[in-house]
Amino acid sequence: MGSGKTATVAALCRALRDQLSLAVVTNDIYTREDAEFLLRNAVLPPERITAVETGACPHTAIRDDISANLEAVEELEEAVGPLDLILVESGGDNLTATFSKGLVDAQVFVIDVAGGDDIPRKGGPGVTTADLLVVNKTDLAPYVGSDLARMARDAEAQRGELPVAFTSLVAEDGVRPIADWVRARLAAWTAAPA
Amino acid sequence: MRWGPRNGARGRSPGGVAALLVLADGRFPAGGHAHSGGAEAAVAAGRIHDAASLEAFCRGRLHTAGLTAAGLAAAAAAGLDPLALDDAADARTPSPALRGTARRLGRQLMRAARATWPSPELDALAAARPRGAHQPVVLGLTARAAALGPPDAAYAAGYEAVSGPATAAVRLLSLDPFDATAVLARLAPELDQVAARAADAARRALDEGPGALPAASAPLLDIAAEQHATWSVRLFAS
Ligand SMILES: Nc1nc2c(ncn2[C@@H]2O[C@H](COP(=O)(O)OP(=O)(O)OP(=O)(O)O)[C@@H](O)[C@H]2O)c(=O)[nH]1
Ligand SMILES: [Mg+2]
Repeated sequence: MGSGKTATVAALCRALRDQLSLAVVTNDIYTREDAEFLLRNAVLPPERITAVETGACPHTAIRDDISANLEAVEELEEAVGPLDLILVESGGDNLTATFSKGLVDAQVFVIDVAGGDDIPRKGGPGVTTADLLVVNKTDLAPYVGSDLARMARDAEAQRGELPVAFTSLVAEDGVRPIADWVRARLAAWTAAPA
Repeated sequence: MRWGPRNGARGRSPGGVAALLVLADGRFPAGGHAHSGGAEAAVAAGRIHDAASLEAFCRGRLHTAGLTAAGLAAAAAAGLDPLALDDAADARTPSPALRGTARRLGRQLMRAARATWPSPELDALAAARPRGAHQPVVLGLTARAAALGPPDAAYAAGYEAVSGPATAAVRLLSLDPFDATAVLARLAPELDQVAARAADAARRALDEGPGALPAASAPLLDIAAEQHATWSVRLFAS
């Protein structure tokens, strides 16, 4: 909770919206707060942002029963035409949250340095299998006593070749590493669609 | 009781009961987990607060909305025109919020059903109602695609009418899950009766049309659903 998923979605929208046709689906737990944050900050036109209700089980909605999310994606495409990239934000994440391959092509897992620098070491499906692991809020590391070098080593031990990005979204262009990764993935898919 | 000949006539072997277990499993991925079947509103109003009040709520829902849904599902499984049944479902659903919910869930079930039991009849209904037909109609047609009979479809619809609120009450009230499951077990004999009535009505509807199907409703469920749809903070979509 609070690692910066919505902030990442917002920053990605700002970084990519001029080049790509984007849309966002949020999975909030009991409000439309994430969707409303994105709307308030006008990161995309309102018809490109939609919220899914998850019946107190946000993990079910992105993994075991993806019906409502698939429908939301379908409705976005109907409303605004073909989309290059759809960002689906999960609600109330924990270390076991994973997205179904029936819903997404790639999963980004966002943790932050303030949640404890032993999270990469502890692993769990999100940390070990996500296509990109983001360690956010690096600006806070000195204040919370998190050792970034150790987090990087632990992450590599858990993930092998899979990439890790260290970000601070409060910094100018702080989302750059994630945006670059997204662009590279899109270029690869366009060359050889999954 | 199984209407094997109809399925046989369509070139399928009569469905075994195992397919019904797949369809009625609460984990069947058709979007139901995000809906409380009116339980969230009833909990907020204090009408559900323990296992006994959950049982009373589920019993009421089973004999009203549940019976109506079971009749529609059985009729769709029996081969009545799904578009006529969709109109009949509209006529039996006075609350616009619940009509929207039924179509949304119907669309989500349609996606799961076509992936699970591909069938030209499901394709045709999906094409005719791209934004979703009423869920009980899709459920009945799905049962038909799975070579199940009208009574099976009625069971699936009736069971859903009570299992949805029971699961939601466990999450909303931190109710003991054993107590909630015991509620469902106590309602089983009544579910047998409701499924039998619904299947009976579906058989008559083959000759007399959808007018022969049950049209029971629960005004308090309708009113509460309208209110629930306006809440800005809620756990369940309905
Ligand atoms: N200092 C600092 N704060 C950040 C950074 N990224 C996000 N935040 C702040 O962290 C808080 C939580 O960020 P969100 O983006 O809402 O986190 P989330 O993961 O979407 O949270 P939930 O959806 O509630 O699980 C907000 O106040 C953000 O402004 C960062 O890099 N550095
Ligand atoms: Mg968020």
